[in-house]
Amino acid sequence: MIVRIATEGQYELTEGDAEVLNELDNHAVAACEAGDEEQFKQAFKELIEFVRKTGQPVAEDRLDASDVIIPPPDVSFTEAQAEFSGEGLIPG
Amino acid sequence: MPGLSGRMSVVIKSKISKLLDRAEDPAETLEYSYQKQIELLQNVKKGIADVVTSKKRLQLQEQKLRDQVVKLDTQARQALAAGNEDLARTALERKNVAQTELQSLDTQVAQLEQQQEQLTASEQKLRAKIEQFRSRKEVIKAQYSAAEAQVKISEAASGVGEEMADVGLAMQRALDKTENMKARADAVQELEAAGTFEDLTQLGAGEDDIDRQLRQLSSSSEVDSELAKMKAELGAGSSPSAGELGAGSGESAEQGQAS
Repeated sequence: MIVRIATEGQYELTEGDAEVLNELDNHAVAACEAGDEEQFKQAFKELIEFVRKTGQPVAEDRLDASDVIIPPPDVSFTEAQAEFSGEGLIPG
Repeated sequence: MPGLSGRMSVVIKSKISKLLDRAEDPAETLEYSYQKQIELLQNVKKGIADVVTSKKRLQLQEQKLRDQVVKLDTQARQALAAGNEDLARTALERKNVAQTELQSLDTQVAQLEQQQEQLTASEQKLRAKIEQFRSRKEVIKAQYSAAEAQVKISEAASGVGEEMADVGLAMQRALDKTENMKARADAVQELEAAGTFEDLTQLGAGEDDIDRQLRQLSSSSEVDSELAKMKAELGAGSSPSAGELGAGSGESAEQGQAS
């Protein structure tokens, strides 16, 4: 599975790792929904670090689209909440 | 994936498919995509140049503030040596403010540096993908029927399209941050314009509004301890010829000399 960390690049993850990623993503979303900024930051940091550590960077000249895209590492809590409520980081 | 990562993917994919829908003929789609890619690459270059310009401006301001810190420090010493402790304190308060500004400028310059690096890396990635797209475009045009081409184009274009969307996002974030810094840099310039860091020997005896505001801005304990340190230094330096500079409690010494 190809995962992109927005503003950073693409990584290839195994299916097993993708499941772990899904777990971590759920944690981040739960914290976001609960309005818990500290917990969100912690969960999101874990998520990003997991992808960087377990993923293989995708070659620059590959033209494959990502299966999932993770918000940028410096995403703010407010932005993450907006993303989750559907407005998104990328304006129309 | 319904979470954060899933949502962002959906938004980007819908943007890419909108881009692809604009042209109907496969060859036209290819050329249109390619043209958009080249345009974006130019924009990224411009974005990097903007970041560099902002960085240079902040560095210039840093240099100015550094000069002011040295100048205010000298003025504080001179004022203290002349027995004018109030003026020395004012100079130190202003130095304190200038130093705080300097620290925040340092952080900002470092941030811009990082942004410049990130955008440069993004530009390189995008360039590699565009180059790949260009060669694939020629193959698709030469070898595939219209129906097959459509599929191949979608594959290739969504890969580049995603990279484009990502570089666009990186640029937007860099620009937003640069805008914030500009606002802050302008505020420092206003302080300068208000004479905050100007030559204090030109200042009259009275305390004006700026002084009161500065007193609030600067940490008084820091100013106090610096003032004490300066006094000690001056005291130690002038002890052989005691009285001349009125070290410490200068008033009586000065009066003694004047009469």
